[in-house]
Amino acid sequence: MDAQTVAKVARLARIHLDDKDLPILQERLTGILKWVSMLDEVETTNVEPMFSVHLETSPVREDVVTSASMVNDILANAPEKELDMFVVPKMVG
Amino acid sequence: MTDFTTLSLTDLKNGYEKKDFTCREVVTSYLARMEATKALNAYVLETPDIALAAADRSDARIQKQEALSLDGIPVAVKDLFCTKDVPTTACSKMLEGYKPKYESTVTQKLWDAGAVMLGKTNMDEFAMGSTNMTSAFGPVINPVTLPGDARRFVPGGSSGGSAAAVAARAALMATGSDTGGSIRQPAAFCGIVGMKPTYGLCSRYGMVAFASSLDQAGPLTRTVADAALMLQITAGHDPKDATSLNRPVPDFVGELSAPLKGLRVGIPHEYQVEGLGADIVALWEKGRAWLVEQGATCVEVSLPHTKYALPAYYVLAPAEASSNLARYDGVRYGLRVEGATLDEMYENTRAEGFGDEVTRRVLMGTYVLSAGFYDAYYRKAQRVRRVISDEFRGVFENVDVILAPTTPTPSFAFGEEPKDPISMYMNDVLTVPANIAGLPAISVPAGLSKEGLPLGLQIIGPAFGDSVVLRAGLAVERAANFVFPQGE
Amino acid sequence: MSANTFSAAHMNAAGPWEVVIGLEVHAQVVSESKLFSGASTQFGALPNSQVSLVDAALPGMLPVVNMFCVEQAVRTGLGLGAQINLFSVFDRKNYFYADLPQGYQISQLYHPIVGEGHLDIEDTNSNPKRVGIERLHLEQDAGKSIHDQHPAKSHIDLNRSGIALMEIVSRPDMRCAEEAQAYVKKLRALLRCLGTCDGNMEQGSMRADINISLRKPGQELGTRAEIKNVNSVRFMGQAILYEISRQREILEDGGQVVQETRLFDAAKGVTRSMRSKEDAHDYRYFPDPDLPPLVLTQAFVDDIAKGLPELPDAKKNRFVESLGIAPYDAGVLTSEGEISDFFEAALAALGTQDATACKMLANWTITELFGALNRESLEIGASRVSPEALAELVGLITKDVISGKIAKDVFAIMWETGGSPSKIVEEKGLQQVSDPSAIEGVIEAIMEANPQMVADYRSGKDKLFGFFVGQVMKQMAGKANPALVNEVLLSKLNNI
Repeated sequence: MDAQTVAKVARLARIHLDDKDLPILQERLTGILKWVSMLDEVETTNVEPMFSVHLETSPVREDVVTSASMVNDILANAPEKELDMFVVPKMVG
Repeated sequence: MTDFTTLSLTDLKNGYEKKDFTCREVVTSYLARMEATKALNAYVLETPDIALAAADRSDARIQKQEALSLDGIPVAVKDLFCTKDVPTTACSKMLEGYKPKYESTVTQKLWDAGAVMLGKTNMDEFAMGSTNMTSAFGPVINPVTLPGDARRFVPGGSSGGSAAAVAARAALMATGSDTGGSIRQPAAFCGIVGMKPTYGLCSRYGMVAFASSLDQAGPLTRTVADAALMLQITAGHDPKDATSLNRPVPDFVGELSAPLKGLRVGIPHEYQVEGLGADIVALWEKGRAWLVEQGATCVEVSLPHTKYALPAYYVLAPAEASSNLARYDGVRYGLRVEGATLDEMYENTRAEGFGDEVTRRVLMGTYVLSAGFYDAYYRKAQRVRRVISDEFRGVFENVDVILAPTTPTPSFAFGEEPKDPISMYMNDVLTVPANIAGLPAISVPAGLSKEGLPLGLQIIGPAFGDSVVLRAGLAVERAANFVFPQGE
Repeated sequence: MSANTFSAAHMNAAGPWEVVIGLEVHAQVVSESKLFSGASTQFGALPNSQVSLVDAALPGMLPVVNMFCVEQAVRTGLGLGAQINLFSVFDRKNYFYADLPQGYQISQLYHPIVGEGHLDIEDTNSNPKRVGIERLHLEQDAGKSIHDQHPAKSHIDLNRSGIALMEIVSRPDMRCAEEAQAYVKKLRALLRCLGTCDGNMEQGSMRADINISLRKPGQELGTRAEIKNVNSVRFMGQAILYEISRQREILEDGGQVVQETRLFDAAKGVTRSMRSKEDAHDYRYFPDPDLPPLVLTQAFVDDIAKGLPELPDAKKNRFVESLGIAPYDAGVLTSEGEISDFFEAALAALGTQDATACKMLANWTITELFGALNRESLEIGASRVSPEALAELVGLITKDVISGKIAKDVFAIMWETGGSPSKIVEEKGLQQVSDPSAIEGVIEAIMEANPQMVADYRSGKDKLFGFFVGQVMKQMAGKANPALVNEVLLSKLNNI
């Protein structure tokens, strides 16, 4: 992983990184990636990826409204709110 | 004042019934103990008012002969579990001050059974770590000390606070979560019992999610019997969790006493990892002998892909975490750091809110899922996961449980922790396979290292084999006769 | 704008280029609660009053699938003649936006619930054309962001967040704006007929993304542009026409069309590029670990199939085959659920399967009734003539009580007053005269009064027949049975 990739990944993950932190991160992440590539040693040509650890029938919901207005609870921890809506910096596009 | 913290669960319940003492007295004693052991930093939040109110309610029920199964039993809750109107932070700056308006299913079951909440325990931030050193609220100190040695030791992680609290008698039992060993490893490091049940046995609703396909709630307790009771109460299908098992919960407590005779125990060859201490190997041998003495048979088994569980984990867990932690964006709750644009707000908030380890794992996870790498890393890891699961299933056709050490080493002192991340990850090499395959596993304190630090032995069972795991764990506990070493 | 004018405009825009259009339609599923949470899906509620803890993506919250939404998706798939995938998986589509609380949308990329199907439309020459459907999958809708409350801030309402959407992806089989519009209209009618989406484009419960590119016939596919979230059939037409011109200009100038997402500005009638960042589209799809794979049984699917209503195409074929209605008329009558409901109610009231009567009813519906509705820009639901009344009117014609011409006058009165046709005919004495002797009398009188005309006719001027018919009608205030008039007049004039 090069520094540019680290910066790009940080962008995708929306985490600001200072330039000075890039090299250390790059080193650590490269090291980890190298180590996990040990997985290539495992023969998996005819092995399906595992979707779910135990294939059991999954619970489903009936089509009923089970949650009445919870606007106060929903907004209770909002850093900024107005008119019962969450407020954020103006979105572009 | 009597120190009620030394009484066992059974002693407490008997005492309550015979009216030898009240819940309030016991809880007050625990609150005092918490105060006395404050330096361990096991708790990030004490809830004495809630505890005493609950104690009083327990007393009222006991008076009316309507005692619930955990009435008056003091419990500590890992700060990963959402507790209604009580701050829940996952020990991250991101959620500092966050008060959920809802309760996790696991803790609700405890309160419904009459348990008393003493407080929220410290943990590695967002459950990512194995030393409790990544917490935003300071590290936890292992109550175990060595005679004539000033060093303090790590409690393990991520459920370090819960383990330390139980070990220090600042709680009788505690909830924890185990994604790669986060219950079992700290239990081993602190000399107590810790269990991770079959994936899906306990509901994940209301648990701050780290890695959805690996996370499981479980008990940290002094004894295996206590763990069985706590598991009995917290297990069960939850329609609010789509990964929750839809099966009746076995009678763990009742089945504990079933005889061990005929139990087939597997000793996995590949668990003799590099760096496994001689004292641990010796303890493992002893464990084998203890089980045979009680009627079990032991046989060598092979799990050739064991060593791939850890790298698979370090692809899958960060990947799922990178997605699960995307909701922490400063919009609806938690920390917000302002920015000129929405993206700037995201970037500033998450840079400030997430610690270094969390940041590393989120970046790692984002990378392994990204275009061009998804097949090579994530899908590959999912295939290896199936290989490992199938391998376990094959072995469990011939044995009922597996016996192994819990960790390759005992705890280490602050300042002596492994400096490079991969060596740090190796703490979990023996615990991670059970998470990868969704299998139940328990760590039972079984002996001391040559220096005198606690060592745990691990029993791993087949899927849905939580009961046999508990039974075998009990057998180890009985034979080991572990005495908690000196400590705080 | 008539169909012909539109085609001309289109042909002018495209010139020598072949237009290739594919549509991705997002249709909100009709259901009480959301796809993964128990919050209500009703339109127009107070902000954030239909948001559950799961929808707000609070810590520790988990999705659980609403099985009825799955049923609706299967139902739609069956209506599209598509393959139903008994095994499907929910994937997470990861990106950051303030209206996306989880930081990912739960969707289905790798294993959608419905596979290949088709939708039959008519092309510009009224020939049947089959548009392929590639797939249909379920996904969550996002919340709404409002930007006009404050100069520097946006407000977020999550009511819509988590509502189930069916994303229906067509093959790029359409070749002009009209075909795209016909596809959307047909799809909308189908979904409404099935009851799986209300197709209300103004409210946003159905939206179309248009993928459009140009190529010289026989060449490889050109680079396409995507026009997002067009929410009316009319705007679709405008957007496509504009886009064809735009792309044509670029290509004929020797340039390259940029693959990008564009928005349609309805006020200006143009499409505009959305600002997009380079790596904005790495969605890092992976199967959602909170949701086990969706496994359906064939019995589940068969049950849904059994309960399907008669689909528009089947209904159209039935009208043509059993009732003898012309294919074009049958198409119009089944183009929307409300129209076919009206027509079928009228048919039931008419009480006969006789082809003449049914065709007449069809004709009356399409010409007179629609004419009246169109003049006042009304939908059929606002018709002041009920299906039963219309059927009654047609019955009066077929029973020779009134003539077709008189019936038009009666209809006009019915439209104004909402009255019953039989009563109107009674009150105004509009009954047809079918008494041969009465007619004979009138004819004889006219013949007597116009001896020269009679002589001219008899000497070979056949066209004068019309004169006599006109005179009879005038004399009898139009109420004479036309067939009888012809018969008697012929015999009298020709002295038979």
